[in-house]
Amino acid sequence: MRALDRKLLRDVRLLGGQMLAVATVVACGVAAMISMRANYDSLLLSRDTYYERRHFADVFAHLERAPEPVAATLRALPGVAVAEPRVVAHVTLDVPGLPEPATGQLVSLPAGDDRGLNAVHLRAGRLPAPGRQGEVIASEIFAEKNGLVPGDSVGAVINGRWRRLAIVGIGLSPEFIYEIGPGQIFPDNRHFGVLWMRRDALGPAFDLDGAFNDVTLLLEPGIDPATVIPAVDRVLAPWGGAGAVARVDQLSNKVLADELTQHRITGVVMGYLFLGVAAFLLHLVLARLVATQREQVGVLKAFGYGNGPLATHFLLLALVPVVLGLVAGTAAGAWLGRLFTGIFGKYYRFPELAFVLTSRTMLFSALVTLLAGIAATLQALWHVTRLPPADAMRAEAPASYRRSWLDRVAIRHLGTAARMVGRTLARRPVKAALTIVGLAFATALLVLGRYFNDAMDRMTEVEFRLAQRQDAMVLFNEAAPDRVRYDLTRLPGVRAAETFRVLSVRLVNGPHERRTSLMGLARGGELRRLVDLRLRPVPLPADGLVLNDRLAYRLGVGVGDSVTVEVLEGRRLVRRLPVARTFGEAIGTMAYADASVIRVLSGEAPLASGAFLATDPALEEALAARLKSLPRVAGVSFRRTLVESFEATLAESMGISTTVLTAFASIIAIAIVYNGLRIALSERSRELASLRVLGFSEREVGTMLVGEYLVLTLLGVPLGFLVGFGLCAALAHFYATDLFRMPLVVSGGTFAFAAVVITAAFAVTASAMARRVGRLDLVSALKMRE
Amino acid sequence: MESTSAAPVISAPAAEPIFRARGLTKTYHMGEVDVHALRDVSLDLHRGEFVVILGPSGSGKSTLLNILGGLDVPTSGSVTFLDHDLSRNDPHALTLFRREHVGFVFQFYNLIPSLTARENVALVTDIAEHPMPAEEALALVGLEARLDHFPSQLSGGEQQRVAIARAVAKRPDVLLCDEPTGALDVETGILVLEAIDHVNRELGATTAIITHNAAIAGMADRVLRMRSGTIAAEQRNARRLAPREISW
Repeated sequence: MRALDRKLLRDVRLLGGQMLAVATVVACGVAAMISMRANYDSLLLSRDTYYERRHFADVFAHLERAPEPVAATLRALPGVAVAEPRVVAHVTLDVPGLPEPATGQLVSLPAGDDRGLNAVHLRAGRLPAPGRQGEVIASEIFAEKNGLVPGDSVGAVINGRWRRLAIVGIGLSPEFIYEIGPGQIFPDNRHFGVLWMRRDALGPAFDLDGAFNDVTLLLEPGIDPATVIPAVDRVLAPWGGAGAVARVDQLSNKVLADELTQHRITGVVMGYLFLGVAAFLLHLVLARLVATQREQVGVLKAFGYGNGPLATHFLLLALVPVVLGLVAGTAAGAWLGRLFTGIFGKYYRFPELAFVLTSRTMLFSALVTLLAGIAATLQALWHVTRLPPADAMRAEAPASYRRSWLDRVAIRHLGTAARMVGRTLARRPVKAALTIVGLAFATALLVLGRYFNDAMDRMTEVEFRLAQRQDAMVLFNEAAPDRVRYDLTRLPGVRAAETFRVLSVRLVNGPHERRTSLMGLARGGELRRLVDLRLRPVPLPADGLVLNDRLAYRLGVGVGDSVTVEVLEGRRLVRRLPVARTFGEAIGTMAYADASVIRVLSGEAPLASGAFLATDPALEEALAARLKSLPRVAGVSFRRTLVESFEATLAESMGISTTVLTAFASIIAIAIVYNGLRIALSERSRELASLRVLGFSEREVGTMLVGEYLVLTLLGVPLGFLVGFGLCAALAHFYATDLFRMPLVVSGGTFAFAAVVITAAFAVTASAMARRVGRLDLVSALKMRE
Repeated sequence: MESTSAAPVISAPAAEPIFRARGLTKTYHMGEVDVHALRDVSLDLHRGEFVVILGPSGSGKSTLLNILGGLDVPTSGSVTFLDHDLSRNDPHALTLFRREHVGFVFQFYNLIPSLTARENVALVTDIAEHPMPAEEALALVGLEARLDHFPSQLSGGEQQRVAIARAVAKRPDVLLCDEPTGALDVETGILVLEAIDHVNRELGATTAIITHNAAIAGMADRVLRMRSGTIAAEQRNARRLAPREISW
């Protein structure tokens, strides 16, 4: 081994702590990048394979009732390859062991078994046999959550009649990778499940023999669904068509797509943030190293080492922690990615969820990491090459201190130690600023790590505690006369009932249009209010619409503008209504109006799609049992179980990722603080030793060393709050989808947490450094030449 | 290029010079002040010659040594080593010149603290064309027993001898020493001077020592005295004293 390479190894060992800090931060960045990207690739591949093998449809349409030949008309439309009519219905289920009623979505099986669209992938058991009326396949996640296996059965109210459904198989479908019930904002897989039945069994049960109420289409390759949908809507309009949606708007697919996008963004943003910090640390370490090795560089140059070999030498030194971090980060990223993909598979059901870590992902992150590492060394290498050998042989000129304005204003009035701290900072403002920025980023990352929790807390509070104040929500299988609320109040334990009406509508403003639900609420209702993300109630106006801000943004309208409302059911009236209010809402693209506005819009007598109930907790069980048997009820959700399910899901799915992020952010914080203090100690050991010789106590000298850093920390942390809030805002912006927006709320607890972690990192490192001051070898420190 | 200067060319007429310096000046700009480190210096150095350059601090001797060693270039004037033009600011050419021809010994040794004695010497033998083994170079200065010691485990004199071994291991044509005994006591200083004298005689390297220490002048073939950036006097010794014969 060449002598220069030996020097490299020895320097690595000498800088052990700092090298380790850089390597750890690099590893965090690489792990974040790789795990998120691999997770993304895994899900994408699993999804695409699944969609292709199981013929996931391109267009979905629901209608009231159409005779079979209408399907042939659809098939004949240009661009349509396959049109598969089917029967879909929501029913109340009585699941053994479940006190509350559950909602079942019954879907007829495609005729050609697994050759049809959205074909069911059988996990266990068998397909329902021809001629056997009550056989179903249950969706895997619903069966799992309720402990159902083939051979079990559930009760169902089908078209007003109590029926027993025998589970003969457990299955999955690309249509329900993410399984969520009607009117729900989060999955509650105990209380909602998909059941597949033969169409010849399901059709007659709903008086749809020789007819259908739902259709899915596969288009010819390369056909844009937007060109086919208007024709489909024209064909289905006379049959109560509620407006066809393309695959991109299909709920399960959309949730999955949004989730994928978020994974990709998170991987990129986190990865780059961490690598940026690693590069920053490396830059500081190397700048310091080159400064301390001025004479060594001079000697090497004097003996004829050129710039090339010397630059390579320092570059290799820099790349040691980078490569170490890269290797460790890749391994950790693969492990984490596998973990994330596993968690993901609990909520998103695929026949196969293979973990894919491509060499492309690894090469890409290696490339980005090495580039960051090289970028971090550029300034140091520049100094090495610029250092004239004769200059390098001379000791560095004493740092030039002068009296700055700061000195005249403040510093001169301080004690000796504080004065030294003040002058050091004032003399090298750029270095001080860089350190402040580094600490600010560490703080900001900690804030960001905890922001997810804050956003979810706020959302839970708004949705489940302020806006939805009902104890239970009942959905009817078809709109019922509004007076049904009097019947509801007679049920056991019901203290109050408020009905609501949901209309399928298309809102149009010039070129912008959205298909959505318009919810009619009783003005002055107690059980369901509109509350914005800042916790302010949004009163329902007597006239016009209330849009949530996402919908308003999509339609390009504001308060005072008008939109055209096309009702997609009943008499299908079209009217123009003013936008009376907009408000911030975390979920969906919903419109709201007073019940009277809905009546005018629909041209109907007062109808109810469902009702909110206030109940007596003591009688909840009796109510649940009674609701199970009501033929008109398609589904019931109790807020308590919904909240529990939501929080459990959240705790599990977000728990790990926020823990990982917070751990990474803490590592960065510690690394920045440690490196800063370590460098300060090595730069000033001679000066500090001189002070010890002059009679300053260890404590006083330690204060001088740590004091400078304390000032920087006190400046960096508040700045970090600002930067952190900015990062949260950016993340909220990038994560915003039609389905879900994270409220931009950062709690005091989060800021406090960030401050505590930084302070703790500071305290631990500072006390270790102060102990090193005690061990300074006074004589040898002074014998070192100037 | 011949100098147009009126200053005498300081030269030993016996042999063909390997260094030729004519009309060297060097000016440093220190803030608002110009410091004239060298003013119109001309001299020749010959193969195998042992030259001691004396002078007080700030007389320009380090600047002259740096220019001769290709560590720095003059502000004006010319300097050549054989066919190398050392006055042109061509860092690559200067690097090659130092690598092929020059060995340096510094007042503060400038060893790499993270490398052992043997490795410090190897630093140079790694890039030299016909080096002697690091062990041989260390034996030359009497350190064959201290090969694997780190600088912090060696005394000052030992460190300086490692530095000499490092300088001579490449078999340089020129050995340039900047206050080689400045940081040492008399006894250790004599050991170091013996090592330099030995190398000069054994390897025939042209040797220049700059020093405050007038006593060392006795070892030289020729003594140059510098003052305020000029060569004020030149003296030739009829006999070179052995290091043991001098004292300070």
